[in-house]
Amino acid sequence: MITSTCKNLTFETIEPWAGLKRAVELGQAGIIREVTDSGIKGRGGAGFPTGVKWNLCAAAKDPLKYIICNADEGEPGTFKDRVILTDFADLVFEGMIIAAMAINAPEGILYLRGEYTYLREGLEAQLLALRVNKKLGKNACGLEGFDFNIQIRMGSGAYVCGEETALIESLEGHRGEPRNRPPYPVNTGFDGHPTAVNNVESLAWISCILSKGSSWFSQHGTEKSTGLKLFSVSGDCDNPGVYELPLGITVAELLVEVGGSNAKAVQIGGASGCCVPAAEFDRKIAYEDIPTGGSVIVFGPGRDMLDVAQNFLEFMVEESCGQCTPCRYGNPTLLEGVQMLREGKCSAAYLNELVSLGGTIQIASKCGLGQSSANAFLSIVEHFKEELMGRTVGTV
Amino acid sequence: MNLMTQQERLRGELEELVERLGTERNALMPILQEVQRKYYRIDDYSIQVIADLLDIHPVEVHAVVSFYSFLDFKPKGRFVIRLCRTLCCDMAGKDRVARQLCNDLGIQFGETTPDGKFTLEYANCIGMCDQGPAMLVNDHVYTRVTPEMVNKIIESCRQVFGLHATQQPMEHKS
Repeated sequence: MITSTCKNLTFETIEPWAGLKRAVELGQAGIIREVTDSGIKGRGGAGFPTGVKWNLCAAAKDPLKYIICNADEGEPGTFKDRVILTDFADLVFEGMIIAAMAINAPEGILYLRGEYTYLREGLEAQLLALRVNKKLGKNACGLEGFDFNIQIRMGSGAYVCGEETALIESLEGHRGEPRNRPPYPVNTGFDGHPTAVNNVESLAWISCILSKGSSWFSQHGTEKSTGLKLFSVSGDCDNPGVYELPLGITVAELLVEVGGSNAKAVQIGGASGCCVPAAEFDRKIAYEDIPTGGSVIVFGPGRDMLDVAQNFLEFMVEESCGQCTPCRYGNPTLLEGVQMLREGKCSAAYLNELVSLGGTIQIASKCGLGQSSANAFLSIVEHFKEELMGRTVGTV
Repeated sequence: MNLMTQQERLRGELEELVERLGTERNALMPILQEVQRKYYRIDDYSIQVIADLLDIHPVEVHAVVSFYSFLDFKPKGRFVIRLCRTLCCDMAGKDRVARQLCNDLGIQFGETTPDGKFTLEYANCIGMCDQGPAMLVNDHVYTRVTPEMVNKIIESCRQVFGLHATQQPMEHKS
């Protein structure tokens, strides 16, 4: 009943555990080289090169290291990780084992968002099977001296915990408030130990990269954004669901694929992403142009963009951890501004002030959530001023 | 004969829980999640006992409970209904589902029915954006909810009471 539409995914064609087998042959340095060569960047949205992350973590000197799978998928419009964890969880666990070999970590944690509690039972069963098959445990995968275990820990309904340092805070039993970086988790992570935090999708791709080779992966996409990516598509289109597409695809091409060509705008990257108007549909979805964790929300011709701005701001006001002022006070002020626009009571001068406040939130907030919390509002104001200003109550 | 007070019994249960999950600070979230699941709330007394067992100040525990939207000081209903209010579900018509939920339960969002059976809340994006409007009833997810379905879902929850069943509603076939 809850299955999302998804067709022709590479994940379906991957031979189970072939990636792991190759990883065993390659050894620690070989795995990191293969991952680095593939050019894969974090699929959660921040886009940090996975190979670099692992290299830093592998270099850290500490007998206790952690590999954490970030399954706190909370970005509005994203659901690809749910699909992966439902249908391809073994690829994720395989990716975690490969990561553990690469950085030499004895402990793995899957941090699953509280909203996905219904996935836990199935995942625990799969982990149990892996322990029985000796893929996990002492001398895991038949490798002398390689001890690795994975446990599942649950979130409790906080969007900000998808930010890696907030996630670690939460695991440590604290409020999910992001930390200052540096130090980075690769040096000082969970309980002070070096920790690599990777997105669910990144880890699944790692298994594919090891299985099919780095050049297979990097032949897709652009030079700076290699590889394939899963997109969660929703909103006003004929075929919402999960799509596997190469990075570098234009918004227009994606819309053809999903049956949303008459869209007036598309939100790429969820509440923290940006709103792309029809005039800019030739832009590329890639780290160098429009970066994204995969959330694509299509707005048909009839949508009121002020509703969109309001919904996203309400989301940010609710989910801000409240730790730093620009995000805590700035977003409610923007939301009040939206209300003024709705009532047709916002002067052009005040709207400019709101835009400037948005800029302040972007540069003065501590974490990724804060820095990107005003993005949706700002891009909607930039592109849809005509629609927002001079409203008479009750219109639109 | 010594009668055990309710607090003494609760303390015993919490001690067992902490023994099972650990006295390290990093065991706090699993402990609180379990307390919430079992008692539908995390009250002041539990906070004090957990703080003592973990050897931290109770305000540390309080701060954590207040941060997470799935942890609560106030008692929640046996069934917590969380309707997604984020954009895609909103665009798919969550307002009408919300209205019907209020009508059928006789409460507003943020409230619990007087019989303690249902709590009605909004949730932020629950990852069902392609199948909205969506909602969680405890750990069970319902997608493409229509106002008409609301009553059936609530009734399937009600059937659980009186049986020795768990707190999971029956699978709803749409």
